[in-house]
Amino acid sequence: MSMLQVSVYRYNPETDSAPYMQEFQVDTQGRDVMVLNVLAMIKEQDSSMAYRRSCREGVCGSDGMNMNGKNGLACITPLSEVVKGGKLTLRPLPGLPVIRDLVVDMALFYKQYERIQPYLQNDTPDPAIERLQSPEDRDKLDGLYECILCACCSTSCPSFWWNPDKFVGPAGLLQSYRFLADSRDTATSERLAELEDPFSVFRCRGIMNCVAVCPKGLNPTRAIGKIREMLLANAT
Amino acid sequence: MSNMRSLTFDAIIIGGGGSGLRAALELAKSGKKTAVLSKVFPTRSHTVSAQGGITCAIASADPNDDWRWHMYDTVKGGDYIADQDAAEYMCSEGPKAVFELEHMGLPFSRFDNGRIYQRPFGGQSKDFGKGGQAARTCAAADRTGHALLHTLYQNNLKNNTTFLNEWYAVDLVKNANGDVVGCIAMCIETGELVHVKSKATVLATGGAGRIYASTTNALINTGDGIGMALRAGFPMQDMEMWQFHPTGIYGAGTLVTEGCRGEGGYLINKDGERFMERYAPNAKDLAGRDVVARSMVMEILEGRGCGEKGDHVFLKLDHLGEEVLGKRLPGIVELSKTFAHVDPAKEPIPVVPTCHYMMGGIPTNVHGQAIMQDEDGNDQIVNGLFACGEAACVSVHGANRLGGNSLLDLVVFGRAAGMYIESALNEGIEYLDATQSDIDAAMKRLNRWNESSGGESVPALKAELQEIMQSDFGVFRQEDNMQDGVKKLAELRERIANAHLGDKSNAFNTARVEALELDNLMEVAEATAISALERKESRGAHSRYDYPDRDDVNWLKHSLFFPATKTLGKRDVNFTPKTVDTFEPKVRTY
Repeated sequence: MSMLQVSVYRYNPETDSAPYMQEFQVDTQGRDVMVLNVLAMIKEQDSSMAYRRSCREGVCGSDGMNMNGKNGLACITPLSEVVKGGKLTLRPLPGLPVIRDLVVDMALFYKQYERIQPYLQNDTPDPAIERLQSPEDRDKLDGLYECILCACCSTSCPSFWWNPDKFVGPAGLLQSYRFLADSRDTATSERLAELEDPFSVFRCRGIMNCVAVCPKGLNPTRAIGKIREMLLANAT
Repeated sequence: MSNMRSLTFDAIIIGGGGSGLRAALELAKSGKKTAVLSKVFPTRSHTVSAQGGITCAIASADPNDDWRWHMYDTVKGGDYIADQDAAEYMCSEGPKAVFELEHMGLPFSRFDNGRIYQRPFGGQSKDFGKGGQAARTCAAADRTGHALLHTLYQNNLKNNTTFLNEWYAVDLVKNANGDVVGCIAMCIETGELVHVKSKATVLATGGAGRIYASTTNALINTGDGIGMALRAGFPMQDMEMWQFHPTGIYGAGTLVTEGCRGEGGYLINKDGERFMERYAPNAKDLAGRDVVARSMVMEILEGRGCGEKGDHVFLKLDHLGEEVLGKRLPGIVELSKTFAHVDPAKEPIPVVPTCHYMMGGIPTNVHGQAIMQDEDGNDQIVNGLFACGEAACVSVHGANRLGGNSLLDLVVFGRAAGMYIESALNEGIEYLDATQSDIDAAMKRLNRWNESSGGESVPALKAELQEIMQSDFGVFRQEDNMQDGVKKLAELRERIANAHLGDKSNAFNTARVEALELDNLMEVAEATAISALERKESRGAHSRYDYPDRDDVNWLKHSLFFPATKTLGKRDVNFTPKTVDTFEPKVRTY
């Protein structure tokens, strides 16, 4: 038998006065399955276990959670990557209110995303065909547009934990730069003006937790650096 | 339940994927009181998983490209039961819809001249099949669905669309006249039940690939809209038509885009032979998906499969080089490493035909209006009910969808439904209000689960359903297996009617959602099974050992499954496009 010891954060607001950790034994039959598969096995033991999931292939961003201390997507994290000493500890993404078990309230995270006006703005009339964009200009969006809004980055960021209402956070800033970098967007100065205060961008301390956890291999710290450069260039 | 809160909208859109968001955008811009109700945050919808692109004659790769060629390919690909008026509408309106997406900001890949990048996909031709392979699929690398869905969500934010995110639609509410006047919905976070009143209810709930054990579909693809419509007594069209995508990753089921073959990849058997040259001498690996999937199964059945069990084949990409893979197929490289433990730049990917897409669904016209039949077999509009996207059967895909046509279907018909509803609302819509007993009827199945005190568990029953569908209604089908499958499903239905919901809590109760989803899977599976058993021919994705030929005399028709009697009827296919000559049925070769 190859039982995996899994410790899971539990909290049901209707019945629990405080959260607690619950232990499960899961028989993975020695296979190197994904953490999401382990959660499905746990749910068969205890149907009350709550977690989000959808695509199960790392593109929808539903199942961000904290696995043995590190944020990531349960569906593309094999046990071999996280399990230490036969033990797996699963907690909700840190820093956001918990609704139930591994399900967090992402309202603040989405609010910061909406704040950066995450849509293309172009003040010229739409042409009859597509707007042209050179492959070189399109290349500038690589590493930016692929964000899946899983919140692994922002919830690993101490600056976001402290000021989730004022600091846009790595996910929102990555998307902010995705539109600043788009040759088709004409709202650059308006976008920058919205970010000029001491909190929105400048609370980033460059510790790169966001880069370390991003399941898509994206680099929000670099994007934030680019925004800073643009803000400074604008100010002088 | 008389103290239930009610919410009132001009239009409620159930489902926040590509078609739902496109319909919502149209209505939000019009100023109508609209809401999108989605069981997941919209960017978690399955559209996000679409990879290769959106097929459309925007004349970028080939300045002489023509939407009529695209329409020809679509009709031929659908084995001639696609409605030609609908295919005409989709292919001719397509360029407008794609350019709109670009103007909204969708980050398409580009050619050197700055226009949108297009790649070859299966079943594409120039000059009505006479001019060789076309390159007509517009792509954002191999993440087109992700780029499209996020762009649509972003533009809905821009236009202040109302979202009911993480809400679950339980059932449709019908008034005394049989008009659809809203639905019962549950806020997943709190468990609160709400009566949603609406003059237009749009089912944009996507597919139901989870009726099969092995599928490329997301875990949320449980056919909720199909289940709701069937329980409300409405017929389903062409439900036997399920597409098995040639390249699902062996073991995991995750999709590997047809774009891999469009970029020059090809399939090989255990002898290293490029076997598609034998089955489709012209199009080879870019034949229709049904043709390629069947050829793969033939190779496996005849002992030329790969691996220890000889139960899959290989997709070879290494000859494309790391640069092409990194630029055009970066997501595939990622998925192969994660789910097949293979670096496609060095080794081939093990693949097997995997359930991918539901060509059937709620029959609609090009405006998204749901259709049923009157007693004389004539089409009749269902008042108040609309459908678009994979949940609908317009039908542009007929018996087999072409790659890249799904994303186009979503935006063209999401937009069309939105535009039609706007004009209908402007003209004024009045339906009778639902009575308490109408509402009670829509609450019935939820009450059943909530009152259950014992019985079998949801995950075990779901697994059984998926195994039945997998073994008896797969790529190749035959009478005795299907009869057996229909019988087993009937037994399963009884057991599901007595199954147990153990967790009765209110806050984010995913066990309750999964129980409600199981009811929908059951409805979809049964409609599929009976339709497949009754269509006694082979056409497109529906392939029978016992009836190996296409039968245009009896079956150049849509099938129509009636839930009340569990019987199959027929409905005429449209052969009268408005601006082009009819494409007459021909023998389908690639």
